[in-house]
Amino acid sequence: MSNTDIEIVVDDPTAPEADSPAVTSARIVDVVLSLLLLALALTLGWDNWRTGAAWDSTGPQPGYFPFYLSVILGGASLYGLVAAFLSRKQASETFVTRAQLRRVMAVFVPTLLFCLATQFLGLYVASFLLIAIFMRMVGKIALWKALLTAFVFTVAMFVTFDIAFDVIMPKGPLEAAFGY
Amino acid sequence: MEAFGLLVHGFAVLLTWKTLLLMVVGLVLGIFVGVLPGLGGPNGVAILLPLTFTMDPTSAIVMLSCIYWGALFGGAITSILFNIPGEAWSVATTFDGYPMAQQGRAAEALTAAFTSSFIGSLVAVLLITFLAPMISSFALKFGPPEFFAVYLLTFCSFVGLGREAKHKTVISMSLGLLLAGIGMDTVSGQLRMTFGSAELLRGINFLVAVIGLFGISEILLTMEERLALRGHAAGISLRVVLSVWKDLPKYWVTLLRSSFIGCWLGITPGGAIAASFMGYNLAKRFSKDPESFGKGRIEGVFAPETAAHASGTSALLPMLALGIPGSGTAAILLGGLMVWGLNPGPLLFVEHKDFVWGLIASMYLGNIVGLVLVLTTVPIFASILRVPFAAVAPMIVVSCAIGAYAIQNAMFDIWLMLGFGVVGYVFKKIAIPLAPFTLALVLGNRAEDAFRLSMIGSGGDMKVFWSNGLVGSITTLAILLLFWPLIDRVFGGVGRLLPPPKPAK
Repeated sequence: MSNTDIEIVVDDPTAPEADSPAVTSARIVDVVLSLLLLALALTLGWDNWRTGAAWDSTGPQPGYFPFYLSVILGGASLYGLVAAFLSRKQASETFVTRAQLRRVMAVFVPTLLFCLATQFLGLYVASFLLIAIFMRMVGKIALWKALLTAFVFTVAMFVTFDIAFDVIMPKGPLEAAFGY
Repeated sequence: MEAFGLLVHGFAVLLTWKTLLLMVVGLVLGIFVGVLPGLGGPNGVAILLPLTFTMDPTSAIVMLSCIYWGALFGGAITSILFNIPGEAWSVATTFDGYPMAQQGRAAEALTAAFTSSFIGSLVAVLLITFLAPMISSFALKFGPPEFFAVYLLTFCSFVGLGREAKHKTVISMSLGLLLAGIGMDTVSGQLRMTFGSAELLRGINFLVAVIGLFGISEILLTMEERLALRGHAAGISLRVVLSVWKDLPKYWVTLLRSSFIGCWLGITPGGAIAASFMGYNLAKRFSKDPESFGKGRIEGVFAPETAAHASGTSALLPMLALGIPGSGTAAILLGGLMVWGLNPGPLLFVEHKDFVWGLIASMYLGNIVGLVLVLTTVPIFASILRVPFAAVAPMIVVSCAIGAYAIQNAMFDIWLMLGFGVVGYVFKKIAIPLAPFTLALVLGNRAEDAFRLSMIGSGGDMKVFWSNGLVGSITTLAILLLFWPLIDRVFGGVGRLLPPPKPAK
């Protein structure tokens, strides 16, 4: 039972290069995120103050608990902001390199478009399009394989969820044409 | 011995063809999820949760928990054959597992991993069987102040004992608690933080957030890395299995120690990851020959795998007995309970005996079936990795979207999932832990209700959290844990100021 030789090899031709330049440092992202969280804490804190964050005869008002949580969140983000400014280590750390960002976008943008397509065309059509196009464009996989995989997967999902388990997914014009 | 009788009843509930089939389906899906990069235990369970919405709760939990066991088993396969930990808790398994595979002992390493996983979970399940009913009957006496104190303890121990920067844990937790509060206030019926949006009226569903945070963000992260793989293929023959099993008694100390560590860390929110490293390090420290670790020693596989599984399983104990999940995946199972209309907490043992004991029985059976399944099908699962990621990634995205939509039949949730995906990606990259966020989101409303009910009960007097010995000691412990790093530092500082102890003559 000895298998010293490597038997499974998968290559990644589009792997991000190791020496790609950084897009931003971890510190900048940390600072921006802290500011965003601080803004969120202020907004939510204000909203809860408006709802009522004091005590009345029966105990805390509805806004009490979330108001103090906003205070905690705000405090922690302020601390994070200062810590990020003072940190030397983070300044040199890369958040994401350009090559990495390109790859991440290669997934994120199709996912975004998929969500949009789901809204108008229904989930199954969007799913077929996403899988087929993604496999062809990003994975450089043969067109017939991409189309076949997309079709089989989408039909399998339809049968599993809509028919076998009665979990109804958003539908579009195509399903309507078939009477679903 | 009441527990024993109920357990037998649980097995009787379980032993139907339909349930057994669901079990196998769950295990296969789980191993699949564990092996694939970019998917893990919590994602797998979250994505597949919608499948169970129309099932009865017992079948549903059997299938979901089997997905969880399967994912635990699956993580070991990629660690040993490819040196790629499928899950964070199998990182320690690669230390000795991969060298073993390189030496042509892959089958041995895999058998060791699966067997020790099995032993670890068996110990944890035994613990659950006998301890959970006791804890839950004790917890039946709890009132709102006690419950709030227990929630506080959970949150504080995350902050005090977590390894991440404290302010980041606090950010993650308070954000989770805040988001949990969006929507209709359960006590007064008033709307909070909805800003006039009808979509936010429902609140932010915990499972939608989890699918985005773990599923979508994990795909984004996986794409960043180089996806090339080189690994060993392995089939396991019966002869190897028997020879590993024959040697098993020699390692009983390691197995027992790791099981114990795993159970302990699983119950306290710390999780399987810490347990697997601790199991490995302790095995190394107590070994007569620590140098040989990392070079393909079978004990180096036994120790972390036993601990990881024991902790992954025992994380379900506080969830069943108290309604407080001990890990991310347990938190998702808890979310599932609520979807099926069960109210997690100590009453579960009284009101839904069939469900609880069916689940516990399924832990025994699922692990036995799982062990046989992985031992016989490893080559098939290893070859899944040949499927290019460009084909897997869009399928995962679609599954995530189906999962997110199915929970409340809302298109808005798909967008929310996408948003949480981006949040999860950024958080992971700047080391804001996601586990406290998940926990806070699932426990937020219950913690707030407990707090407000105790305040209403006491007329707004904070002293209610120290009103009797039990609640007082839990609250004090929680505050101690919150400031633990500070206390530790102060005591360390005092220790250094004192004159160093004279060496013994």
